[in-house]
Amino acid sequence: MKYEMTIGIECHVQLNTKTKLFSGVNNDAVDKEPNECCSPGNYALPGTLPVLNKAAVEKAVRAGLAMNCEIGLISAFERKHYFYPDLPSGYQITQMFHPIIGAGSVELPDGSVVRIEHAHLEEDAGKLTHFDNYSLVDLNRAGTPLIEIVSMPDIHSEVQARLYCEELHRLMRYVDVSNGNLYHGNMRFDVNISVAPAGSEKLGTRVEIKNLNSFKSIERAAQYEYGRQIAALENGEKLIQETRGWSDDTGKTTGQRSKENAQDYRYMPEPDVPPIVLTDQFVQDIKAEMPLLPGDYRKLFAVMNLDESEMTAILNYPLLTERLAAVLKASTALAVRVAHWFSGLLLAEENVDKDFELATVAELTELSEMVEKNELSSTAGKEVFVALYDAKNTEKTPRALAKEMNLLQENDEEALVQIIDEVLATAECAKAAEDVKKGEMKAIGFLVGQVMKKSGGKANPGTVNQLIKQRLA
Amino acid sequence: MKIADKDTRAVDLVRKALDKAKEFEEYNVFISLNDEALKKAEEIDRRIAAGEKVGRLAGVPYALKDDFLSPEGKTTAGSKMLENFRSPITATAVAKLETEDAICLGRTNMDAFSHGASTENSYFGPTLNSRDKTRAAGGSSGGSAVAVALGIVPFALGTDTGGSIRQPAAYNGVIGVRPTYGAVSRYGVIAMSSSIDTVGCFATTADDADLVMGVMAGRDEADATSLDDFWSAEPENKKLRVGVIKDFMNSADGEVLKCTNDYIDKLKGLGHEVSEIEMPTLKYGLAIYYVVQSAELASTMMRFDSIRFGRQAENVKGLDDLYTRSRDEGLMMENKRRIMLGNYVVSTGLYEKYYLKAQKARTLLMAEYDRAFEKFDVLLCPTTPSTAFKLGSKTGDPMEMYLEDLMLASPSMAGLPAISVPAGETTEGLTVGVQLVGPQCSDRSLLKLAKETM
Repeated sequence: MKYEMTIGIECHVQLNTKTKLFSGVNNDAVDKEPNECCSPGNYALPGTLPVLNKAAVEKAVRAGLAMNCEIGLISAFERKHYFYPDLPSGYQITQMFHPIIGAGSVELPDGSVVRIEHAHLEEDAGKLTHFDNYSLVDLNRAGTPLIEIVSMPDIHSEVQARLYCEELHRLMRYVDVSNGNLYHGNMRFDVNISVAPAGSEKLGTRVEIKNLNSFKSIERAAQYEYGRQIAALENGEKLIQETRGWSDDTGKTTGQRSKENAQDYRYMPEPDVPPIVLTDQFVQDIKAEMPLLPGDYRKLFAVMNLDESEMTAILNYPLLTERLAAVLKASTALAVRVAHWFSGLLLAEENVDKDFELATVAELTELSEMVEKNELSSTAGKEVFVALYDAKNTEKTPRALAKEMNLLQENDEEALVQIIDEVLATAECAKAAEDVKKGEMKAIGFLVGQVMKKSGGKANPGTVNQLIKQRLA
Repeated sequence: MKIADKDTRAVDLVRKALDKAKEFEEYNVFISLNDEALKKAEEIDRRIAAGEKVGRLAGVPYALKDDFLSPEGKTTAGSKMLENFRSPITATAVAKLETEDAICLGRTNMDAFSHGASTENSYFGPTLNSRDKTRAAGGSSGGSAVAVALGIVPFALGTDTGGSIRQPAAYNGVIGVRPTYGAVSRYGVIAMSSSIDTVGCFATTADDADLVMGVMAGRDEADATSLDDFWSAEPENKKLRVGVIKDFMNSADGEVLKCTNDYIDKLKGLGHEVSEIEMPTLKYGLAIYYVVQSAELASTMMRFDSIRFGRQAENVKGLDDLYTRSRDEGLMMENKRRIMLGNYVVSTGLYEKYYLKAQKARTLLMAEYDRAFEKFDVLLCPTTPSTAFKLGSKTGDPMEMYLEDLMLASPSMAGLPAISVPAGETTEGLTVGVQLVGPQCSDRSLLKLAKETM
């Protein structure tokens, strides 16, 4: 029997606001000591009260607009209760009934569309580290603003699941809602997957794979779970609705808790935080400031005929994408060359950690133009391109750099003729020169090579070729 | 009240208050006294002598209910759980009083976490009624009410959720002010039920209460539910239309009813227009209150898990045991009862039946008040159906105790200002209070009316 998988994904996005969702304490815990970014409210000191961070509301609206979502002009918070040491107040402030972000959709690079059910604003919990007979609590992350994006079950392959998550990741960074650092848990994914006979109208039993934090693990986990559920169905086993965990090491999912053991979160309205009431104008103002999104750039870049992997590689970096688009405004040919440099050189392992800010649009355009005009060979162009990302070269123009690196092509015909004549006069070239004179043009390549060598690579090979023919005519 | 100046020394005010606190020690008013009080008084006297400017409450000693946080001393909330809890932060209300140079004399007894109406649910034992030591002080702000009634301090802070200021005020013959919800910041006050909690005060005169509330009132960025200051606006000078809530007059004891009627006569004598009103929805107020109050309270009590602060059980086996035993040992029976009730009314399947229904009924209740305030400026009824009860007489029956809030819960649920005004005493010498309720932000009109009748 043929089976089809159906996947819906919940994605938690940590917002890159300066302060936390409900307190004025620093929200950036990277490289901080445990519990350094923690206000009395974050450790739930009695008497403290949550006060909503307006910047988080703005970011949530931006995220919503990036996913073509309706924005809830009135939204409100609820408390979700459970006891655990990573949740000091014993409840998470979240949006259960009136989320700030309503229905929308995300178009994937393969043209498919995944609908968004809703997305809501909530606070993150702290982090526990377990030891043999004790655990340590770090509340740096407690109270960090999150949006949880809930998709419709529109995904039907592990590849599409990955594409969806990657597109969300790009979107959140393009609109500067999240730093998108997966290693630091800026985005985390729960994958809900069920399997049913192909064409069946009824969905199979849903299993939730919690807390995936890399695109590879999303694809692998979905693929594994698809196989596991088919095998179970084929063997006549009954699948249970449960939460499962994924291990990158074993490449398997394992059961964590079934729905029967699910706790009662006792949702109730959060009485300390008044509802968020937005005006249409507020939303329109944010809309007016929205940057171009990956989908927009894909359309814009179509004229360059880049292959999909090259396009995706560049789109993964908003800054490079933006700069490429600026070069494209000047000329398609210049931009194509820059695109190849980006994907082939800058995003290669040895360069990918460089500071992408360093080469400006003007510098990239100028450099590409120099190659276009044969002032630099394409090889020399690559060398200068990489050199532009060296911090010590920030003050230098591409031309100055090329000069300093002694890579400018020799286009001065008089100087070239002089070199050519010297080369032709040498004993080792006499035979080849004779052959060319006789019309055996194969030999000209050797002569061009010799001239190039003598010019230290700076001669323009096309020009040299022409000049040799003239000299020997 | 006496405020320190060139002729009145702050040290004398504080010393006298400390002497009285000692004299009335058996009433169990204070959980702790402030060691720094005299030192602060000396500093204020020094500033006065030096001709420096001092605050509006310079050198005035006051009593603080033990659910207000401040770094001085411990904030126990009357509980074993927080027996040794020291706060790193200061409640906004306290900070504002300190800015005006008032001096905290000590922290007063209360039902643990304000769960109660008699101060008998305190881990530190009950506070005795100022008129009759065999009777309850009322509560939950019982210690503060008795501190003012015994003349230890001219004013005291309390918190009022379902009547915790008004009821003990009535039982001890002092003014008790529950302001409009949001009038005073709740920041730094140990929460009971966030959508109902208010910060208010006890005083012996309406002017004192007015002054103290004016100092504390106003918008606080740390409390998103706090209101912009409306206390600075003077109340209108006019005769008021007073509506006597018939439904509650019928529930009052004979002597309470008599005092209330005397009070009504006094109002008429002052030229106010008094007539009766029926408010049939108010009888559901208590039920609405106990559902919403317990739901919010159960939620806010979750933070007392003993992990970051509070008393922790010893020799526990694992996390669940730590939670269970620490909470079991640190909380009083009434705390547990309300937590269970609160968790019950918001649990899956029951949420719609109880919590949501109560919130819908709350909307109806507010609408009934809105209608009443089209015809009246003030609504009047006794503060309590009877006078202070004997200690221990209601502790065995939680429902009896909850009925103490019968007339107090409805204005709480509507976020309205409500004050209890002394209205005479019974032949036994027990005090009776009358409750005045007005539209939101009419707090000062109520106090003005109270002043006329005192």
